[in-house]
Amino acid sequence: MIRASNLSKFYGGKRALGPVSFEINDGETVGFLGLNGAGKTTALRILACDLQPSGGSIEVGGVDAIADAHEVRKRIGFLPEHPPLYQDMTVLDYLAFAGELRGMSRSQVKRRLPDVVEITDLGEVQEDVIGTLSHGFRQRVGVAQAIIHQPKFLILDEPTRGLDPVQIVEMRNLIHDLKQNHTVLISSHILTEISQTCDRLLVLGKGKLLGSGSELELAASESEIRQVTVTMRPPTGEDPKGRIRKVLEGVEGVKSVADPYEQGGGLTFALSTTKDCRAEVSRSVVDAKLDLIKLDYARSELENTFIRLVGGADGSN
Amino acid sequence: MAATRIIYRRELGAYLRSPFAWVIAAVLLLVDGILFQAYAMQGEQLSAVVLERFFYFSSGVSLFAGILLSFRLLAEERQNHSIVLLTTSPVRDVQIVLGKFFAALTFLAVLLALSFYMPLLIKVNGKITLAQVLVGYFGLLLLGASALAIGIFGSSLARSQIVAALAGAAITVLMCFLFMFAKRLDSPVREVLQELDLWWIHFQNGFMRGVLNLKDVIYYLAVIYFFLLLAVKTLEAKRWQ
Repeated sequence: MIRASNLSKFYGGKRALGPVSFEINDGETVGFLGLNGAGKTTALRILACDLQPSGGSIEVGGVDAIADAHEVRKRIGFLPEHPPLYQDMTVLDYLAFAGELRGMSRSQVKRRLPDVVEITDLGEVQEDVIGTLSHGFRQRVGVAQAIIHQPKFLILDEPTRGLDPVQIVEMRNLIHDLKQNHTVLISSHILTEISQTCDRLLVLGKGKLLGSGSELELAASESEIRQVTVTMRPPTGEDPKGRIRKVLEGVEGVKSVADPYEQGGGLTFALSTTKDCRAEVSRSVVDAKLDLIKLDYARSELENTFIRLVGGADGSN
Repeated sequence: MAATRIIYRRELGAYLRSPFAWVIAAVLLLVDGILFQAYAMQGEQLSAVVLERFFYFSSGVSLFAGILLSFRLLAEERQNHSIVLLTTSPVRDVQIVLGKFFAALTFLAVLLALSFYMPLLIKVNGKITLAQVLVGYFGLLLLGASALAIGIFGSSLARSQIVAALAGAAITVLMCFLFMFAKRLDSPVREVLQELDLWWIHFQNGFMRGVLNLKDVIYYLAVIYFFLLLAVKTLEAKRWQ
């Protein structure tokens, strides 16, 4: 388990992080989400024992990371935003060097290398000099150095940064594989990446922890999130919009109904709800003898939550 | 010590793989050879004097080599972000600095050894003892090691390799000309500055003439220790930034 209490970091007089407190359980995959400058990298560098915090405490697997950073470093694999590579070394020599630095013997490194090369799919470039590799392969080498010593905790700072769409999918698959054996912490400002990879999110903004929990928990903690959109054929008669609105407002779980807009010959209403209430909406619409054209559960709930949380930190919400 | 050895091996490999290091070695050996041929061997001289002149010119080469081989050691790591691998591994800052220092020292020793044919020529054609030659080379190595330590300290200060090189060169040049400043000052500051001089007092008056003084050895070891310690402390301080 990783336990951070009142963690803070100042650069000169400027606060970069904190105070923040959080816990990460063994086996979890946790995403650090935030805009650029939110404090994600600072938090991860402190957890990786690359940076001393200005205040607070961190425990990693029961070990005080400030008093006994060496012991903690043995348990952590870290892929920073820029992979720490030596351009003049071959992939295998570099990984062997990284393994030995982390306290592995030469024979242990020799036994471990084939596994790491296989996990990170580096077989075809293992003899190549790192300086000649593509960005995607370099990122993979970065992951490989982070897992060479089989750390319990894996910290990945923007692992898909600069990758093309195919490489992003490959990296996501790699992270999914790594989740089986490691507690993984990932930072990103790309919401889909985080939402598809992580069990739990920590949302940071201006150095503060704005929210924590699963995607659904974060969404549920927000009071006005548009989750359901419903498109209907306008009924004949007087005030069709008003009739539909009245029906929708009566559905259990709907908190408010936004003004409709025309779309594809129908009227589309965006509903702020406290839960996914598509079933209730469709029942009510059919009971009211209205023609339902389309019903969507909003797929942008994380974006909404994120913008709302971060907007709150900016004071603009 | 294991981490020091691992870093030493990597750094030495980096020197051997780097064309930059070999170009430095080739150019400095060429300059050394030209100076030896053009100035040290000029006219009829006692072989001991020729040897002194050889060490006089080689001391400059050793100082240059020290700065050129060391300025990139930490600055380049910071520039390429590879230093994160070292700072997030269970490795102490002193092990990082020592591993890099000894690798650079080994390459410097190889470079100096490659110039051995020149005093060998003097010995074949004149009357000098092997001890004179070895003492001179020991001095060159200590002088170069001091420049390396200063260069590593300069390298620990900056992310830019150019700034690191300039910082290392500036400190080295300043320390080489302390005796000139000292001349203009009164006692006891004059004596103190003279004793801190990197080249004139401790190399030219001792090692260059084949004289092994314990105080000169201790001086150079102290300079190396001091600047390596500063480099370690700078690395430690950077962890807060």
